[in-house]
Amino acid sequence: MTRRWLTVLTSGPLTTVQDVGRSGQGALGIGRSGACDRTSYRLANRLVGNDPDAAVLEVTFGGLALRADDGVVVVTTGARCADTPCHNAAIALTAGQELRLGAPATGLRTYLAVRGGVDVDPVLGSRSTDVLAGLGPPSVQDGARLPVGESGSPMPGVDVAPVKDPEGAELVVRVSPGPRRDWFTDDAWNCLVGQPYGVTSDSNRVGLRLEGEPLERARTGELSSEGMVRGALQIPPSGTPVLFLADHPVTGGYPVVAYVLDDDVDRCAQLRPGQTLRLRD
Amino acid sequence: MRVLPSGSTSLLVELDDLDDVLALYAALLDERPDGVVDIVPAARTLLLVTDPVAASLPDVERAVRSTTPRSDRRELGEVVEIPVQYDGEDLDDVASLWECDTAEVVRRHTDQEWTVAFCGFAPGFGYLTAPGDWDVPRRRSPRTAVPAGSVGLAGEFSGVYPRESPGGWQLIGRTELAVFDLSRDPPALLRPGNRVRFSDTGRS
Repeated sequence: MTRRWLTVLTSGPLTTVQDVGRSGQGALGIGRSGACDRTSYRLANRLVGNDPDAAVLEVTFGGLALRADDGVVVVTTGARCADTPCHNAAIALTAGQELRLGAPATGLRTYLAVRGGVDVDPVLGSRSTDVLAGLGPPSVQDGARLPVGESGSPMPGVDVAPVKDPEGAELVVRVSPGPRRDWFTDDAWNCLVGQPYGVTSDSNRVGLRLEGEPLERARTGELSSEGMVRGALQIPPSGTPVLFLADHPVTGGYPVVAYVLDDDVDRCAQLRPGQTLRLRD
Repeated sequence: MRVLPSGSTSLLVELDDLDDVLALYAALLDERPDGVVDIVPAARTLLLVTDPVAASLPDVERAVRSTTPRSDRRELGEVVEIPVQYDGEDLDDVASLWECDTAEVVRRHTDQEWTVAFCGFAPGFGYLTAPGDWDVPRRRSPRTAVPAGSVGLAGEFSGVYPRESPGGWQLIGRTELAVFDLSRDPPALLRPGNRVRFSDTGRS
């Protein structure tokens, strides 16, 4: 069968190929990476009948325009972009038809799945771009041609998936104490779960840098580097947390005071700079 | 052994020292508890990452606590030889820090067998330790681009830069050997527990 293709006309601020990531290689210094908002990623694949680990496009703050060079079925999930006819509802694009994603009203990351998956070459078992490690396919550039794979599974019998759009105002997520909770005073913990944090503009796929009242340490000294997973709230010397997302470093040397519950990390991945995050224990 | 909470999908196992970490790591690689998808060793800890569908954290904790560390892990470690041209830009600085000549720095670096303690910083970047006193401060101002293959010292560690990256380690030499190669399986040459010998190419 001949290959089908998508041509990227405009990639927007940042578009990358993402899948479930490359797990099991942390001991080699290779992080998992993968879609930042896994819930929206999984939904996108389901809505076009893809395998659960198929690669999609992760579009940051809209702006992607592409042309279907052949007939394809597509859907978007996550942040709802303006003027998008296929949000949470798969549509067919005919050969030559274009799809343009406007800016989202709320949320940050939109997942565009194509039936058959984005079939670029995998690197170490995954098609995900890890922006920190520089592994995986390059981020998607204007003019890129993306191959589309074959799908053997049937389409689901769903017209529109009834899911809420990402939160536009304050987001509240649950945290549990992390491995180094005891490096901080009880006052610091109350501060962590009591105050509103602002999401700063130097946030990215590696993590959200939060601003707020600094946390007070219960002890001094340095921690040896230790492994961590996404959701970690690491406290650097500044005292304000970094919330790690998909492309976080495999190990880190600052104490992790708390973890955001895994399911809630997906919602954090939709936060934009300027939004407010509250942590609740 | 202390088992510390580390989010809803992981456990952090804290041990007394690196030897204990590598001995338990070797045992867990042999007999990986059900549902554990990744094990990340570090200086004093092992992070066990689970698939929440396939594992419960209390079950994983019980399995880890009943695992007998491999006392023979040192013999199990694969031996890697790294030929080094000892002409690093900081070789003189390290020599004056140690109050010796550069030949002595090379001798100390090549005399010892190093062990890959853990990886981090970049894919395939191994933190290597060896017996003896290796306390070397990082450079006061890190370089913006350290070439791939650079061999350096920092703190108690030695390491080889897998690719060009910023870095603050004191550079003592360079190797042509690719320590990280995507076309190789596994791609990283320096894996936790591996034993490393540096050899001086200037002398052979």
